[in-house]
Amino acid sequence: MSNLTSLTLADALRGLREKRFSSEEITQAHLQAIEAARGLNAFVLETPDHALAMARASDVRLARGEGSVLEGAPIGVKDLFCTNGVRSTAGSKILGEFRPPYESTVTANLWRDGAVMLGKLNMDEFAMGSSNETSAFGPVINPWKSRGSNQSLTPGGSSGGSAAAVAADLVLGATATDTGGSIRQPASLTGTVGVKPTYGRCSRWGVVAFASSLDQAGPIAKTVEDAAILLRSMSGHDPKDSTSLPTDVPDFPNFVGRSVKGLRIGVPKEYRSDGMPPEIEALWAKGVEWLKDAGCDIVDVSLPHTKYALPAYYIIAPAEASSNLARYDGMRYGIRGEGANLTDVYEATRAEGFGDEVKRRILIGTYVLSAGYYDAYYLKALKVRRRIADDFTVAFERVDALLTPTAPSAAFALGDKSADPIAMYLNDIFTVTVNLAGLPGMSVPGALDATGLPLGLQVIARPLDEGTMFSVAGALEKAAGFGAKAERWW
Amino acid sequence: MAIDAETVRKVARLARIREREDRLEPLAAELNGIIQWIEQLAEVDTEGVEPMTSAVAVTLPMREDVVTEGGDAGAILANAPRSRDGFFVVPKVVE
Repeated sequence: MSNLTSLTLADALRGLREKRFSSEEITQAHLQAIEAARGLNAFVLETPDHALAMARASDVRLARGEGSVLEGAPIGVKDLFCTNGVRSTAGSKILGEFRPPYESTVTANLWRDGAVMLGKLNMDEFAMGSSNETSAFGPVINPWKSRGSNQSLTPGGSSGGSAAAVAADLVLGATATDTGGSIRQPASLTGTVGVKPTYGRCSRWGVVAFASSLDQAGPIAKTVEDAAILLRSMSGHDPKDSTSLPTDVPDFPNFVGRSVKGLRIGVPKEYRSDGMPPEIEALWAKGVEWLKDAGCDIVDVSLPHTKYALPAYYIIAPAEASSNLARYDGMRYGIRGEGANLTDVYEATRAEGFGDEVKRRILIGTYVLSAGYYDAYYLKALKVRRRIADDFTVAFERVDALLTPTAPSAAFALGDKSADPIAMYLNDIFTVTVNLAGLPGMSVPGALDATGLPLGLQVIARPLDEGTMFSVAGALEKAAGFGAKAERWW
Repeated sequence: MAIDAETVRKVARLARIREREDRLEPLAAELNGIIQWIEQLAEVDTEGVEPMTSAVAVTLPMREDVVTEGGDAGAILANAPRSRDGFFVVPKVVE
């Protein structure tokens, strides 16, 4: 039965529809794989009873020929999504045993379409991190290892559990979220496909907020087609999120495999940073060649404010976080600390409940918003953000999509960067601009480096043009012929 | 605009996070490192640039001012650290 876990989502859906196996069988196979992979620490909560009940209900619908587009397919859910009656922690201690009395819109859409929930996936606390090391549940271990080495590597973050679970065939696909690169960077580090759609494409309702003007949900999947199938179900207008876009959802899978002939692909020169590992530069050049061979026109473009994106992000995101996380006061849900008076209780609750990185960002956010500094930091960052977004608008007058590396390195060892916040923040150098500008971006595995670790390429498209993005990503996937899997050691 | 231990104490108080006395100096050093890195934004000419407050250019929608859900105190209180008789129990707020 174990071969059922190596199927792609698209093949699994076909097999379910053709009744070659039942949802209960493929769900059971994944539950066994999850149990055998506890050493990866990808899950913070396994929900086998829940999964089997959903699978049996799917089997009834499939038998009647009433199955929906994801009917019977077992997936994982990042623990940032609130799930009705199922513990949701955001990777933090402060939420305790919080069981939401409601379901996030994105997960509700997936269940509406027949998907089965296997459990909740590990992540950096409140999605603040690029290595999964800030999780209150301990870091996820990347299924990939350097050739000949036994060292534990990071799967990236913050959606490290989602990426590792997909890479290790524990789930057919997973939900994830991306505020500065948290879907795309872990996808790059685990040889998976990760999509951050246009801001507003997926509802944020029921997703624990980090930085509301940047947060977007999206899928991590085994293939470009699988990611397109998942995003189609996750997307859609939601009146409960005022920033959710009232636009129709295109049939994303339809764009995968389309010809990219005649598309103009921009290569931004500012992404060619000093000290870029030669293998990443080589993969980028290969990606350009692949698209040229597929009939694309390659255009050099300039995004002059790129180097200011991370510093602007580290004002805007902490400022929004310090405000969003004010709700964790120990009064209505989560843990409550001890204190002599109300303020003492607040301070004790938040001191006990938040980890170091979350505290650091709340302090920065509080500082940049405090009297006397608001204009110098926060307002300045919002103006720089406009400059960054304008760079893209100008570039997209000349090109249909952009091609860049996803991350500045392959997976690194756990502990390597955890002592230096800025070194950790630099992981998002190629991804964060996309969040600031609200654009869709995705990572596709391109090649293995010399030590056998996966490296990803990033495709960026115009707002709401995920269709073109999927076509370009599909062309890259086909040309790269990646297909590598982590060798099983867990 | 260097951040010292006293500033950390004040900001932590504003953020309602208790920080131990011996953590104030190390935190000041960490935050200074980050703020100094951020200060390169001063190089960007933003004269006449409108601050970007939203990732998409849409006007926020309006809806009817009516109750759409509610009446389920049990569900709302289910996660409370302490509750009694349909109310949250909190520390004394007014002396």
